[in-house]
Amino acid sequence: MKIAVCVKQVPDTTARKELTDDFRLNRASLDSVLNPFDEYALEEGIRQKEAHEGEVAMVTMGPASAEETMRKGLAMGADRGVLITDSALAGSDIWVTATALAAALRSGGYDLILCGQESADARTGLLPGALAEHLGLPFLSYVQKLDIEGSQLRVRRQLSGGYEVISANLPAVVMVVKAINEPRYPSLKGIMASKRKQVTKLDAGGLGLEPASLGIAGSRTEVVAATPRPAKEPGRMLTEPPSEAAKLIADFLAENKVIA
Amino acid sequence: MTDVLLYVEHEEGRPRRVSLEISAKAADLAAAAGGSVHAVALGQGATQTLDQLGQYGTDVLHASDDETFDQYLGDPLVGAVESLIGSLQPGAILLPYSQDGKDLAARLAVRLQTGVIANVIGLEVVDGRFEATETIFGGAYTTTVRVKNGRPPVVTIRPNAFRAEARPKTARLEEISYRPEGEATRAKREETVQEEGAPVPVDEASIIVSGGRGLGGPEPFEMLQDLADELGGVVGASRAAVDAGWISYPHQVGQTGRTVKPQTYIAIGISGAVQHRVGMQTADTIIAINKDPDAPIFQLADLGAVGDLFQIVPALTEEIRKRKAH
Ligand SMILES: Cc1cc2nc3c(=O)[nH]c(=O)nc-3n(C[C@H](O)[C@H](O)[C@H](O)COP(=O)(O)OP(=O)(O)OC[C@H]3O[C@@H](n4cnc5c(N)ncnc54)[C@H](O)[C@@H]3O)c2cc1C
Ligand SMILES: Nc1ncnc2c1ncn2[C@@H]1O[C@H](COP(=O)(O)O)[C@@H](O)[C@H]1O
Repeated sequence: MKIAVCVKQVPDTTARKELTDDFRLNRASLDSVLNPFDEYALEEGIRQKEAHEGEVAMVTMGPASAEETMRKGLAMGADRGVLITDSALAGSDIWVTATALAAALRSGGYDLILCGQESADARTGLLPGALAEHLGLPFLSYVQKLDIEGSQLRVRRQLSGGYEVISANLPAVVMVVKAINEPRYPSLKGIMASKRKQVTKLDAGGLGLEPASLGIAGSRTEVVAATPRPAKEPGRMLTEPPSEAAKLIADFLAENKVIA
Repeated sequence: MTDVLLYVEHEEGRPRRVSLEISAKAADLAAAAGGSVHAVALGQGATQTLDQLGQYGTDVLHASDDETFDQYLGDPLVGAVESLIGSLQPGAILLPYSQDGKDLAARLAVRLQTGVIANVIGLEVVDGRFEATETIFGGAYTTTVRVKNGRPPVVTIRPNAFRAEARPKTARLEEISYRPEGEATRAKREETVQEEGAPVPVDEASIIVSGGRGLGGPEPFEMLQDLADELGGVVGASRAAVDAGWISYPHQVGQTGRTVKPQTYIAIGISGAVQHRVGMQTADTIIAINKDPDAPIFQLADLGAVGDLFQIVPALTEEIRKRKAH
């Protein structure tokens, strides 16, 4: 079975994120990590490969430095990486990102394409559905359990009050949630082996895409303004004894019409 | 003339509150743009949403009660809404920022070759174009986003972004004739399993009472549940509490949990680490209870109480009960 896992490089979670003058995330100044949500997709890809044989390729669109974060995935057990990187892609929205990832995936003959639930920086959770639609494949989202038998797929899809069981045929795009597994730590052996694994770089031309259809130019959406959050006025602090503080909080709730 | 189309999430004929919020907002937008509000509801009970949607500003409900819509995941909704958009040509398509809303929005936008805007908290018509406001990086910035080249934006709207205020109209029903077949039946729903004690999703709650490591164990969460019950809210948690196994993951607020925008967020025994704050700092009002006067959560709080949560929380619940009894 050929498995692709879409992973993204994101700024370290504690990093202070700032926008550039043209409203893009200033990635230059930030330490980067593998998107934490994508570790679950990767772990699932590796487990499915261990159960069914085949290979796991990680696919990323990002700056050239994303190769470094991909090394972690290779050390976990992915077989190879595909890095889509081109300055023409800077500022891409969901439409363009999905177009580029779909172009790289289409020729790969993958049976299963796994995605994380959301990226820790964009946090839209929209890319996996858009990708499935570009590829014309079935889309199974919010998956907390994945079983494959032959070309048959059976998943548990998370619901707020339980789950539903969905069946479909491969090839398919599957978005997984945290509950699906516990990602492994790279072993020393894995880290050593990762050094010999290959990351293939692709640019717009290599994907057969026109630069004008990419990046800010090709995006369907445009950001026309961005305002940093104004500094918050310090709130009121209560240091009264508990019963008195409780009354004052209740007063505040009443003022805000939370209670009558 | 610009019509607005909204996708209605419902449970066997009862629209979810977020859909009423969106309908009321759509009524204001359509009024500003000189058009009407069209809603689409699908699956068992869909047509029963008519009266309530009319109460909240919908002019025309396009619906089908056909249960084949419930038998397959995703594709039938995409197909039906896509064909409706083809005939209505709305100026904007509004959906809830929920699991099903996101899936549908992402896929529709690709089919229509248009842009999709995520997690929106404000939407206006400016010079005849829709302008959406979203917050990014956990509220560090507010951005204004448009869709280019006159295409209709597909907009996913965060619960609690707009108020469900009555906009009474008499809505008209139009039956949807689209029926899922072929491609639309490729992901089949085999069964639905309800789990016991399943939590109310925190992202839709308007009042959240959240607990952190300061609670010290699972039992004190019952105390928070009591307070939440009195306020008509739900219980949330920090990752520290979830990782300790005191409460389940769906309650977690923050970077690796849910992003919430309730009217009121009460943080109890939570220090206010940045990964927690990005999930809740756009709440309308924040109250914090913490024994450490230097806890970072107080920088966000509109009202902060410094003291022992084990004393303040029960006293607060008691105080609210007393006031209700009067
Ligand atoms: C990649 C990554 C993702 C993360 N994602 C999330 C996330 O989604 N959500 C999240 O919440 N965290 C997340 N975290 C963890 C985050 O950094 C903090 O560790 C966590 O939020 C701390 O939880 P806490 O505030 O409950 O605990 P603590 O920081 O230990 O704070 C406990 C507080 O309780 C107070 N307290 C103790 N006893 C009492 C008492 N009797 N009365 C009153 N106050 C008391 C203390 O003064 C203290 O301020 C993430 C971290 C990483 C690295
Ligand atoms: N630039 C990217 N390269 C590869 N995969 C991505 C990229 N952006 C998003 N994804 C995938 O899509 C998921 C959802 O991301 P998002 O829609 O940005 O919240 C992520 O968890 C990844 O699996």
